[in-house]
Amino acid sequence: MASKAVYSHRDPLLKKRDDFEDILEERRNSSDLRYALRCYTPVLYRGATPCKSSALKSMALQADQIHYVIKQVSKETGRTTEEVEEEASAILEEMAHHLQLSTVRFFAFALSKIFKTLFKSICVNEEGIQRLQQAIQEHPVVLLPSHRSYMDFLLMSYILYTYDLALPVIAAGMDFMGMKFVGEMLRMSGAFFLRRSFGGDRLYWAVFSEYVKTIIRNGFAPVEFFLEGTRSRTSKSLTPKLGLLNIVMDPFLKGEVFDITVVPVSISYERILEETLYARELLGVPKPKESTSALFKARKVLSEDYGSIHVYFGQPVSVRSIAEGRVDRCQFSLVPRHIPKRPNEDVQSFVNDAAYRLVRAQEENMVLKPWVLLASVLLQNQAAVQEPGIALDELTEKVLWLRHLSQQYGAFLHWPDHTPPSEVVSSSLSLHRGLVRISEGRVQLALAQGTQAGPVEQPSSFTPEEELLNQAVVVLSCASYRNQALHVFVRPALVATAMHTSSSNNKQEIFNTFNFLRNIFSNEFILCPGATVQDFEEACYLLVKTGAVQVTQQEVVVTERGQRTVAFLTAMLEPFLQGYQVVCRFLCQEAAETLTEKHFIPLVRKFILKQILAGRLRHVEALSSDLQKNALAALLRLGAVRKMNGEEQGTLKVSKVMVNSLEDTLGGKLPSLKAIVARL
Amino acid sequence: MASNSSGGSSDRQRIAKQRLRIIAGHLQRPADDDSAVGAAECTAQGSKTDASSEERTVPRRRHEIMKWNGWGYSDSKFVYNKKGQAEFTGKRYRLSGMIIPGLKDWMENTFGATLQHKTPATPILNSSAVQAPTLNEVFVEELKSTHIPFSHDAEDRVFRAHGHCLHEIFALREGKIGRVPDLVVWPSCHSDVEKIVELACKHNVCLIPYGGGTSVSSALECPPEETRSIVSLDTSQMNRILWIDEKNLTAHVEAGIVGQDLERLLNESGYCTGHEPDSMEFSSLGGWVATRASGMKKNIYGNIEDLVIHIKMVTPQGVIEKSCQCPRMSTGPDVHHFIMGSEGTLGVVTEVTLKIRPVPEYQKYGSVVFPNFEQGVACLREVAKQRCAPASIRLMDNEQFKFGHALKPQVSSIFTSFLDGLKKLYITKFKGFDPNRLCVATLLFEGDREKVLQHEKQVYTIAAKFGGLAAGEDNGQRGYMLTFVIAYLRDLGMDYYVIGESFETSVPWDRVLDICRNVKARIVRECKEKGVQFPPLSTCRVTQTYDAGACVYFYFAFNYRGLSDPIHVYEEVEHAAREEILANGGSLSHHHGAPTGSRLSQRARRVQARCSISWWTAGEVAAPGLVPQPHSLRRFGRRLRAKAPLRLGWPRPPAGAEAGVRTPSRVRSGAPVCTMGQEPPAPVAQSEGAGDGLLQPPAGPSSGNTHSLMSLIVC
Ligand SMILES: Cc1cc2nc3c(=O)[nH]c(=O)nc-3n(C[C@H](O)[C@H](O)[C@H](O)COP(=O)(O)OP(=O)(O)OC[C@H]3O[C@@H](n4cnc5c(N)ncnc54)[C@H](O)[C@@H]3O)c2cc1C
Repeated sequence: MASKAVYSHRDPLLKKRDDFEDILEERRNSSDLRYALRCYTPVLYRGATPCKSSALKSMALQADQIHYVIKQVSKETGRTTEEVEEEASAILEEMAHHLQLSTVRFFAFALSKIFKTLFKSICVNEEGIQRLQQAIQEHPVVLLPSHRSYMDFLLMSYILYTYDLALPVIAAGMDFMGMKFVGEMLRMSGAFFLRRSFGGDRLYWAVFSEYVKTIIRNGFAPVEFFLEGTRSRTSKSLTPKLGLLNIVMDPFLKGEVFDITVVPVSISYERILEETLYARELLGVPKPKESTSALFKARKVLSEDYGSIHVYFGQPVSVRSIAEGRVDRCQFSLVPRHIPKRPNEDVQSFVNDAAYRLVRAQEENMVLKPWVLLASVLLQNQAAVQEPGIALDELTEKVLWLRHLSQQYGAFLHWPDHTPPSEVVSSSLSLHRGLVRISEGRVQLALAQGTQAGPVEQPSSFTPEEELLNQAVVVLSCASYRNQALHVFVRPALVATAMHTSSSNNKQEIFNTFNFLRNIFSNEFILCPGATVQDFEEACYLLVKTGAVQVTQQEVVVTERGQRTVAFLTAMLEPFLQGYQVVCRFLCQEAAETLTEKHFIPLVRKFILKQILAGRLRHVEALSSDLQKNALAALLRLGAVRKMNGEEQGTLKVSKVMVNSLEDTLGGKLPSLKAIVARL
Repeated sequence: MASNSSGGSSDRQRIAKQRLRIIAGHLQRPADDDSAVGAAECTAQGSKTDASSEERTVPRRRHEIMKWNGWGYSDSKFVYNKKGQAEFTGKRYRLSGMIIPGLKDWMENTFGATLQHKTPATPILNSSAVQAPTLNEVFVEELKSTHIPFSHDAEDRVFRAHGHCLHEIFALREGKIGRVPDLVVWPSCHSDVEKIVELACKHNVCLIPYGGGTSVSSALECPPEETRSIVSLDTSQMNRILWIDEKNLTAHVEAGIVGQDLERLLNESGYCTGHEPDSMEFSSLGGWVATRASGMKKNIYGNIEDLVIHIKMVTPQGVIEKSCQCPRMSTGPDVHHFIMGSEGTLGVVTEVTLKIRPVPEYQKYGSVVFPNFEQGVACLREVAKQRCAPASIRLMDNEQFKFGHALKPQVSSIFTSFLDGLKKLYITKFKGFDPNRLCVATLLFEGDREKVLQHEKQVYTIAAKFGGLAAGEDNGQRGYMLTFVIAYLRDLGMDYYVIGESFETSVPWDRVLDICRNVKARIVRECKEKGVQFPPLSTCRVTQTYDAGACVYFYFAFNYRGLSDPIHVYEEVEHAAREEILANGGSLSHHHGAPTGSRLSQRARRVQARCSISWWTAGEVAAPGLVPQPHSLRRFGRRLRAKAPLRLGWPRPPAGAEAGVRTPSRVRSGAPVCTMGQEPPAPVAQSEGAGDGLLQPPAGPSSGNTHSLMSLIVC
């Protein structure tokens, strides 16, 4: 049942999605105060008694698992158990949530005001809410929203409060704690805080996992966390982090609960609050440390229009049914359950697969606005033609063509009904006027000025690098919208690129190249591990269905009318392809023996800036540190670069031969792909 | 890796053989000296300890007093009387002749089973539905000359073709008769059995020992593909207590005696065994040994493995028995441990020496209500920790508590319920117990009066710590009485579209709550998914406590109206439930024996195999063909062909056995205990091979590890 929702990707066209309801509408028509003070009586899991945060803490501290680790740590460090216990309880103190209804009410009131000024609407699929309500009563629930903005978790709690659903307990990053007051407020609205890294700290891990498991086991509240681990600065889904997912699934695997329901939630913003902030961060303008004052500076944002938000509560997924046949739960009966044990391989691969499927489920239910398509067209146009801009009606035509394509590919597109296309286009453009400029009927990215980013200065005072970076801010902001649609196209695009790169019609060869590309890009896009064949088939299916290619036993051939589609798809991946190539080039040409991981980004950025300015690279997107990091991660994964331990801690050893041939393969220059594929 | 075919191991083999000889020495019966055979020969019919024929509970023609297609005595059953009230007929039980007013409503409310929807059973056995017997003429001829009674009446044969699994009884009720034994023989003593086994070997006949027929693991089912003549060896006439040794507190008893007779006869001499499985009215001593049975009062008396001092078993190779009646031995693996649980696949148990105890001076029932199941389990755990468990302590969950309540008969002093009147008010209102969550533990204390009272106090003090309230003796007693009539209730259910069964497991303490919750929930979910139209009854109770864990019973029943193949659905759900048990760290069985046959899918069989293997390696014994395997009956038949006297041995250290046991091929084989991974070698090859036939390791490089265990017995 529920599991199928996650696993079925047969025919995206047949996907039936729920309708949305705007929850701000009622807020605009009735008193916010009354709303904030209204009677709130959520249903709970099997009549679980709500648990005070203090009681929860002591319950967690008394768990066998923590006792065990405390004893171990004390034995190893020679500290007394009391000392270690104290440390454990301090960790818990620092971490634990302190949910208070009064704070929630405060937020309900304040957020109502803020949301109404910022957003046109907040649309929620009510059927999803109903499913969630049902699920909460039956089994412990884990909520997995996508993460694109700081807004996300306040928004989630706001929605659940609105629908009288149990408020979640939310895993939040420690960086919020920097903001004293806000941090405490968030804590009181249900957040608990995790250190970003606690590497080998066993005690920390034990306390933290036990805290989460105690909540799950007893079903005190839905547990919410972000599978992607952090906010995606690029609007692409990030490859899932498995730590917390492992923890929340554990009580099921160990038989402590009958089942756990996981609900992927997709939150799509028409305009992201942090838009240019992210772009600047990716370009190396350091991220402002989250401080309360910085947030107040953000007040400027309040005067802007951020369009609408769509929140889609996906099909609940039963962990039990997806684990069926994947995990042999008997394995947990051979060691007492409170002794921490590294999950074995089948559990790891199960959790990993589940995580990818869940992220895909999030992706699929992301609502795409017309602007996403516009941004895609504009970016391709900007990269392709020298002539500035594109005529408005040409743009409209292209966008309509793309609308058709994306719908055939199963995109969850929200295109306003009964509105003339030109109107849709122009209203999208005006919402994002910071990123585009229209002059003389031609539309282009607002590259020339740095209005959005930083204080307005005379253009002449910029160095060429600075100017390029300013342009890049706009390009990356724009790209973040295009990225929202990437998941729709990525598989066919990989096939299209594979056809292009391998410059052959031979199906096997194309598959090999596809496999290679998929492998290279698996840190960049959400590509479920081990699903190469399915992905290839799905891609071919879509391409064939839309008449773009013909697939025979031996060959994949582009049809006449498929040229446009294939060209579009190839162009979509082009920035990534070139970005990875340039990173490879950097490693081959510039990387010194002493290159460290820490210095990698600044150096590669400098290199790329030079390349662009010298006209050797067209794609400004390569400046994104996200892309650079992913490329490095891929090279590390493939063994083309190795991280040294010991004395040379942190230095990167580059296998120039491998990196070089990878670059060539990406550029389609290497005829014998097989050789390299075999080597990987 | 182990195999006698591998040359490198010859040294090990030599040592092993030597060891084997030593061990064999302990067990071997002097080659031509029959004096070791039990003190009483068949001719000792008139001996004092013999149960006179009037006292015998089990006649040869069992169907004269017992139902041919249901549980227990023909005269005792639940019926709806003319007024539509449930009533228990007959005179045998305390409940007999009583009206049970709450039962009808309970049936309706729990299952949606109403009087209108009836599914009556085929009333009488239609002999024409029974296959004509395949008789092995020579065997029959020679059998005649031994004067051992036998029969090939359809009724006798059908009666011995089944145990009490749901599917077996359901089929009988529908009048469907599958493969049945071709002949039934009634040996009346050990030497009769020897003769029968010898003849069976000689004439290639398949033997299935039959004790009380209460098996719930399909162990009595005749393999449908068996082509040889199948003979059911009914032990019921071997039912004498041969001697009682008051100095050592032991009794030597023939294996066919049923529990109630054994206790009654011993009581007459002032003793008891204290072994009381719920089926004790009908199940036999030999059956207990063959299934590793467990009695309700094991806390005082122990399970069958603790009670047994000496076993005599007739195998195709001869008689296995120890040469002494000692309390404990340290001479290699204990042969008893491969006899116990072998479910009739290795031989026929004919005589057993059991520990006996003086009849306890005083018995007292008791009961405790807990606010919820969690508290109840915590209390049982504490009781086990303090090692102060009464003779019996059982904890029922809320559904079972309600069920017990529904079975309360009309008017009777001992049947007053604590939930009546003020007490109910006290518990639910004053103490705040939720009637939909509370649960009850029933207790039975035994021993010196004074000690019992002291013990009782101790247990109630512990119970109080877990919020338990004493709920009176009556409730306790009623709880235990119900265990004897509950089996009758299934027949009533089956009259009204309700099918059900129980299965049990043993599980470590920290898993008890989890397993109870998850298995019950799994049953409910599976029923829903399999299209069962009514919510099922899915309940459990904790029936035994140990230092390291507990035994949990699950009861599961549902109304099958609207299902085309209810038994299939039932089996799928039960299968899923068992899978859930394993996934939650439980065993496949605490005492019923390995569930076998078609109703477990390939996968479950695999798990089962793994599960039983761990049991086996724990037992540290591996012996030839020691395979309580599904339908290894036929193997038994084959085994019967070998004639050489048994020599038991241990050619290699257990490590070798382990190595063999772990191979995946074996795990997949479906044999719970794996001495043979593949089908046994063909009978012909065996008998014509080197002398010892079956127990001889097959020559040549056979399937590697699989045979390492088979080779344990060497000539
Ligand atoms: C209502 C009910 C309640 C039960 N309660 C309990 C309980 O509390 N505890 C418990 O442990 N079990 C219980 N059982 C299961 C069953 O009663 C036991 O497995 C019992 O030990 C079987 O004995 P039996 O004499 O009926 O054997 P049978 O059913 O006749 O045979 C069982 C197996 O043992 C073999 N066998 C029988 N006699 C011999 C022999 N002399 N030599 C070699 N093999 C032989 C048979 O071939 C068969 O494989 C219950 C069953 C029912 C139906």
